[in-house]
Amino acid sequence: MTLEKKRPSPPLGVKGRWWTEKRKNAFSGYLFILPFFLLFAVFGLFPILFSFQLAFFKWDGLNEKVFVGWENFQLILNDALFWKSLYNTFLIGIMGTLPQLIVALVLASALNSRMVRYRHLFRVAYFLPFVTSIVAVSVIFSIIFSSNPAGLANVLLSWVGISPIHWDTSEWGVKIAISVMVFWRWVGYNTIIYLAGLQSIPRELYEAAKIDGASVLQQWRHITLPMLKPVVIFTVFLSTIGSLQLFTEPLVFMGRNLREEGMTVVLYLYRDAFNQFAFGTASATAVVLFIIIAAFSVLNVLLANRIGKGGGL
Amino acid sequence: MKAATRIGLKTGLYLVLSVGAVLSLFPFYWMFIMSTQPNHVFNQVPPALLPGKELISNFMNVLVNIDFFQAMLNSLIVSLSITVGVLFFCSLAGFAFAKLHFPGKRFLFFFILMTMMIPPQLGLIPQYYIMTQLGWINELKAVIVPGLIHAFGIFWMRQYIKETIPDEMIEAAKIDGCSNFRIYWNIVVPSTLPAFATLGIIAFMGAWNDFLWPLTVLKDPSAQTIQVAIRTLYDAYVKDYGMIVSGTFWATVPLIVVFLAFNKLFISSLTEGSVKS
Repeated sequence: MTLEKKRPSPPLGVKGRWWTEKRKNAFSGYLFILPFFLLFAVFGLFPILFSFQLAFFKWDGLNEKVFVGWENFQLILNDALFWKSLYNTFLIGIMGTLPQLIVALVLASALNSRMVRYRHLFRVAYFLPFVTSIVAVSVIFSIIFSSNPAGLANVLLSWVGISPIHWDTSEWGVKIAISVMVFWRWVGYNTIIYLAGLQSIPRELYEAAKIDGASVLQQWRHITLPMLKPVVIFTVFLSTIGSLQLFTEPLVFMGRNLREEGMTVVLYLYRDAFNQFAFGTASATAVVLFIIIAAFSVLNVLLANRIGKGGGL
Repeated sequence: MKAATRIGLKTGLYLVLSVGAVLSLFPFYWMFIMSTQPNHVFNQVPPALLPGKELISNFMNVLVNIDFFQAMLNSLIVSLSITVGVLFFCSLAGFAFAKLHFPGKRFLFFFILMTMMIPPQLGLIPQYYIMTQLGWINELKAVIVPGLIHAFGIFWMRQYIKETIPDEMIEAAKIDGCSNFRIYWNIVVPSTLPAFATLGIIAFMGAWNDFLWPLTVLKDPSAQTIQVAIRTLYDAYVKDYGMIVSGTFWATVPLIVVFLAFNKLFISSLTEGSVKS
């Protein structure tokens, strides 16, 4: 590229003055982003607006829609099963997520130690569950948590003298089994994320602290924890949103009889819509779920900002 | 540190990590074992921990119950189409947001980012209704078309293109008379291949493992993806566990092979972004 060529830059409008470089750029710009907006309009925006509308109608998908006002919301808010599904979603979410993040932090710290070799092999081993599909995970764990005394989980329990548990029908059995699936599939992913976070902390910080006489615990408290905070916030955020959308694990685990012990909000919505064709109440559930998720997102952002500014946990 | 504490610490670390690795890998091993066992072994205490002889016959039973190869093919068609679409459309849009100037750009980009916050279940029912109206139920395009582009991909490609391609390079190409699309095709695409690899993996995995939407729109067995097909296998009235696990196992093997072959790329792809942001 020579300078002579570069000089006469403005009059590029070959087709005349109207078709300027600026217009040309704007045209290609809009054209290149158009596919997203087209698809979003049809399969994103319209369905969302329609969902909000449907929430106020009674509709089975075939006959005329009938306006019912807030009735759908009253119906679900008065339905014990809805509250049960909300309770289950939160409980399973916490049981599957909280221990998982703690274990991931421990594993990542161990993996980050300079004494450990074969780090790469461990990473591969931990990451494999995350690559596997949720359906496969659910099938395998459903068989591990079979109610049969010969199911693997029950066999392990029998070794410590606990009698077989009816994993598919007992209040806690279902929840524990589903939480374990969530735990197993995600713990490695979070470990790797934490490890990447730990490795991005400059070694010099620790060396400087050591020279100043800081103990290992003090180093962890004053260097590792604050530096890792954004990554931890990211994983908590992701896990919270993921938990609220729990669906595949309970669906596969419970099979055809969707018992209330494992009912989650998305499952409740799905069952309403596609087993009972109550699209109105299902849409009302979707709207409520949307509000809950939005509230949690805002809460997460606020907390993240506060923690980010405040310095200490 | 004293030598003794050092050895103690080292042993402790390896112990923790190894227990973690065993727990992480055991279900895979067990899945393989169970796919080789006859059904009655599932009622046996202690459970079998070594392979049996039913590897082939269990898989034959899978073939009786579901159209395994058709389902795998469906999954492959869906996932590859979505991957190609996501790569093309997201990089094109990412290029526009990174390097072209047009009114409202900032607002439109912000808007796209905001769409990432919407839970996918919210529009599920109307989406299903749209598909019935279009007559796309039981057709793979019902899964492919809505998946062709997504906000994260645009965000990802924009960041990468912004950082790696100098503005001067684009200017120079323009002076040489390149159209914006030629700049995209001849300069942007070849110089952002690592970003393509990362986004490609994310898109492919997401599409391959997707469940809720394919379950909703692909009812006919011949149109089902492998995830939906496996679930029907598990849902059968008479449970032949050897057969169920066999189907699950063979559906998982290809993914494991691909993962092991490209594990470095996989791991960095799926962790990148989370640590940076």
